[in-house]
Amino acid sequence: MEPTPKFDLPQGTLDLLILRVVALGPIHGYAIAQRIQQISRNALQVQQGSLYPALHRLQYKKLLTAKWAESETGRDAKFYELTARGRAQLKSETESWGRLTDVVALFLEDPQGELS
Amino acid sequence: MNWWQRLFGSERLEQELDKELRFHFEQQVADNIRAGMTEEQARRTTRLAFGDLSQIKEDCRECRGTLWVTSVAQDLRFTLRTLRRDRAFTVVAVLILALGIGANIAVFSVVDTILLRPLPFHDARRLAWIAGNNGIGALSDTTFRVDAYEEIRRRNQSFQDMTAYMPFFASSDAKMTGSGEPRVLAGVWVAGNFFPMLGIQPQLGRLFTAEETVKGGRPAVLLSYAFWQRQFAGNPAIVGQAITLNNHAVTVVGVLPASFDFGGVFHPGVKADIFSPIIMDDDIRNWGHTLSMIGLLKPGVTLAQAQAEAAVVYPQMIAAHPDWTTDLTIKITGLKEHVSGQLRRSLIVLWCAVGLILLIACANLSNLLLARAAARAKEFAMRSALGAGRSRLIRQLLTESLMLASMGAALGLAIAYAIVLYLSHQGSIALPLLSSARIDAGALAWTLLIASVATVFFSVVPSLRMSGVNLQEALKDGGHGNSSGRKHDRMRAALVVSEVALACVLLVGAGLLLRSFLRVLDVDLGFEPSHAYALKVDFDDGGKADRRGAILQEMLRGVRALPGVEAAGISDMLPLDRNRSWDLMAKGKPYSKTTNYDAFVYIVTPGYLDAIGMHLRRGRDISWSDTATSPPVILVNEAAARREWPGQDPIGREAIGIGTGVTRVVGVVSDVHESSVEEAANPEVFVPITQGGPDGAELVVRSKLPPGALAGSVMSTLRSMNPGQPAVELRPIQQLVDHAVSPRRFFVLLVGIFAGLGLLLASLGIYGVISYSVTQQTQEIGIRMALGATQARVQFGVISRTLKLALVGIAVGMMASFAIAALIASLLFATNPTDPVTFVGMILVLVAVAFIAGYLPARRASRIDPIIALRCN
Repeated sequence: MEPTPKFDLPQGTLDLLILRVVALGPIHGYAIAQRIQQISRNALQVQQGSLYPALHRLQYKKLLTAKWAESETGRDAKFYELTARGRAQLKSETESWGRLTDVVALFLEDPQGELS
Repeated sequence: MNWWQRLFGSERLEQELDKELRFHFEQQVADNIRAGMTEEQARRTTRLAFGDLSQIKEDCRECRGTLWVTSVAQDLRFTLRTLRRDRAFTVVAVLILALGIGANIAVFSVVDTILLRPLPFHDARRLAWIAGNNGIGALSDTTFRVDAYEEIRRRNQSFQDMTAYMPFFASSDAKMTGSGEPRVLAGVWVAGNFFPMLGIQPQLGRLFTAEETVKGGRPAVLLSYAFWQRQFAGNPAIVGQAITLNNHAVTVVGVLPASFDFGGVFHPGVKADIFSPIIMDDDIRNWGHTLSMIGLLKPGVTLAQAQAEAAVVYPQMIAAHPDWTTDLTIKITGLKEHVSGQLRRSLIVLWCAVGLILLIACANLSNLLLARAAARAKEFAMRSALGAGRSRLIRQLLTESLMLASMGAALGLAIAYAIVLYLSHQGSIALPLLSSARIDAGALAWTLLIASVATVFFSVVPSLRMSGVNLQEALKDGGHGNSSGRKHDRMRAALVVSEVALACVLLVGAGLLLRSFLRVLDVDLGFEPSHAYALKVDFDDGGKADRRGAILQEMLRGVRALPGVEAAGISDMLPLDRNRSWDLMAKGKPYSKTTNYDAFVYIVTPGYLDAIGMHLRRGRDISWSDTATSPPVILVNEAAARREWPGQDPIGREAIGIGTGVTRVVGVVSDVHESSVEEAANPEVFVPITQGGPDGAELVVRSKLPPGALAGSVMSTLRSMNPGQPAVELRPIQQLVDHAVSPRRFFVLLVGIFAGLGLLLASLGIYGVISYSVTQQTQEIGIRMALGATQARVQFGVISRTLKLALVGIAVGMMASFAIAALIASLLFATNPTDPVTFVGMILVLVAVAFIAGYLPARRASRIDPIIALRCN
C-alpha cells in the first residue's frame, strides 16, 4: 500500500469538511470517513479518534442531528444530517474559509517576489 | 437531547456509541476483505487503524459536557465512603457544625424579623411614630387629645396622612354576651383610616365605612384572625351578623388577615380580639390624652424634615389653645425604630455571641481535621505517589469539608427551624414581631453563606497542611515518631488557645448579663408578686359611686370569707401592666407650664394594699367611710411625697389635679415599680374607688392555695353576686413581673446557652489536642516510666501542659473581654462591666473545665504499660 501523504488539518477544518460532506444528504460515520478520503484523493485520512468526537460535538452543538436507519448493507447505522443551524454554519464558514485562502494566496503569489 | 437527558440517559448513549463504532469497525473489515484480505488480516488491520477504542469513547463522552458532573459524583461517592468509615469523626464534626450553624440561623431569623425586615405594612419605611412630651413618660404623656390629633393631622405639611389608635385597652375591652358564657374580649379602638393607611386588607368582608366612624352611625366591629378561628371556628358566615358587645348589637363587618398582629407590632404581649372604630365626636373627645399617633410621610420627606416642621408648627398650636394643658413637644421617629430600636443593641450582642460560637466550632473542626490529617498522611502520600496531583488532593479534601458543612447545615437548619418555631409561639416573651419569625428565603441564603464561610474557615489550614506533606517523610514515618508532629502541634495549640479565648469572651459576657438579670430579679418592686392573683371583675353600678361602694364592699366580703384567702382588694390597674397618669400638685405651689406634674393614678378599694403586698409607710389606708360625700382623700407614694412636699410630712396636706377639687393626703405608701422593673418608681397616687371613676376593675386575691382551686371558689362567689360576671382567667401577679423581665430573660437565656455551648466546644478542643498528643507520645511516656517516672509525675506533666494552653487562652480572652464588656455596658443593670466576681468566676470555670478536659488523657497516660508501649514499635 502506498504510504499516504499526511498533513495536519488546521484547527476546526475537520468540522467544516464534515459539515460539507453531510450537506450532501443523510450519511453515517463510516461513509463520511470514506467520502473525505475519496474527495481528497487519499490525501486526507480521518482517524476514528478524531471523527467521532467531532461528530458528537457537532451533534451536541445542534449543527447535526442523527437518527438510526438501515444502511446499504442491511445493518442499523447512525445517519447524520445537517440542521438548519448547521446549514447556516456551513455557509458562513465556507465564506470565511474562502476569504482566508484568498488572503493567504495574495501573500504566497506575491508577483514582485518581495517576500521571497 | 439536552444536557439533563445526556446526564441521566448516559446508559443509552453508551450503547449507541458502542453500536456506532462497532458498525464502523465491521464496515471497515468488510471493505478490507473485499479488497482481498483474509478475515483475520482484515480484523487485525482495522483494529490497528482504530487505535485505543476506550480513548475514542472517552473523547466522545467529553463532548457531552457532562463529564465534570460524573467526576464530582465520583468524588462525592468516595467522600461518603471515607466519612462512613470514620463514623465517630463524622458524627462529632456534623454535630459541632450543626450546633454552630443552627444557632446562627435561629438568631439570624430573630434579628431579621425584629430588626432588619421592614414592618409588615404598606410603605412601611415611610411610617412614623408621633409621640407627645418628647416621647418620654407614661402613656398619658405620649398620647394626644382628640382635638390635638385632628389639628395636627390637618395642619402639618410633612405627612401624607395620619392615623391613631387608643392604647388604653381597658376602656376598649368589651363584654360579649349572647354566645355561651359571657366573656371579656380584648378590644382595640382604631381611627377609621387605620387599616387603609397601613395597607391592611381584610381576609373576609370589608373595613369600616365612613358612616360607621361617626356618632350615631351603625356600630361595626372587625375580628382578628385568631379570635375568628377561636370563637367562630373560622366560619365565614359570621361576617354580616351581629354580636352583642357591652349589651349592644354590633355588626361584624370583616375579618382581618392572619398576618396582621397588632400586639406583636405595637404592644408586645397584648392580645387583640376585636377592632372598633373610634367615634371621634363621642365622649372620647373629653377624656384627655387618649390617642397614639402614626403618620405616613409624604414621599421624599425625611423624618428630620418632619421633626423640624413640628418644632415650628406645634408651639403655634399650643399658643392658640390655652385649654391644652400639656405641652406638645412632639417627637417623630420611624415606626420601625419605635417598635424595635431599643432592642438593637441586645440583638447585635446576641448576633455577635452566636458568631463567636461559629468561630469556636470552626476552630474545633479545624483541629479535628488536623488530627485526621496526621492520621491520613500516609494515605495521601500514597495517592500522591500514585499520581494524584496536588490540586486533585485539595479538591478531595474540600469535597470532604463541603460534605461535612452541608450535612451540618442541613441538621443545623432543622435545629433552627425547631428553635424558631418554639420562639414564635412564646406569647409570654415581650419582644415585638417575634410571633412572625420564620425560616424564610433570607434565612436559607444566610445558611448558605455561613456554611460556605465556615467551610473555608475550617478546611483551609488542614487542606494546605495535608496536601503539602513531604512524600518521603510521610511514607518513611512509622507513625509513632513525633518528629513530623512539631509544626502540627503548634498549629493545633494555637487553635485551642483561640477557642479558649473566644469561649472566655462569651462566658464573661454571659456572666455579666446573668448577674444583671439576677440583680433585676432582686429589685424590691414595692409589692409582693408571689401568691397573689388578679382577675377582671364586672359589676353594674349605673355610674353611681355609692352603689359602686356597696357592691364592691359586698363582693370583697364574700371573697375574703373564702377559705384560704388572706387578703383581697380591687384596683382598676395593676403595677407593670397598663397605666395612666394625671397631674398631682401640692396646693399653693406656683404652676409652671414646663414642669412635669405627672403622677400615675390607681383607683383602689380599701384592702388593696394588703392584697398586692404594698407597704403603708405612714398615715392610714383608705376606708369604706371615704365616700362620694365625704372629703376627697388620696394616698401618695414616697416619690410623689418627695416631689411635691420635699422635706415635709405630706400627711394632711392638700393637693390639686386629682379629680376636680382639692384632695387631702391621708397616707404614704412605699414606691412601686409601676411601669418597669429596671427604672426607678415614679410619683403615684391612690384614689378611693368611691371617690373616683375606675377604668375597669381587677380583683387581687392573696392566697397560698393553688390557683386552680382558688379560681373555682372565687368565680362561683362572683357569679352568685353577678350572673353576668364573664369567664376570665386568674392571672398570677408574678406573670406581670415575668412579662416585664421577659426580654432580659430571653437574652440572658440565649447568651447563656451560647456560652455553655462555647465552653463545651472549647473543652472538646482541649481534650482532643491533649488526648492526641498523649497517643503520639505513648512510646516516649513508656520510656520515661521505664526509667522510673511515677504515675503522678506523668499525670502532672500532661495536666500542666493542658493548663498552660488554657491559661494562655484565658489571658488573651480576658483582655478581649474587658474591651467587649465596655461595649455591652449599656445592657447591664446594676453591674459594673469590670465586675470582679464575674471575671474571677469565669476564670475559675474555665480552669476547672480545662483541668477536667486534661485529666482524662492524663489518667490514660499514667496507665500506659511501659512494656507494651515499647513493644509496639
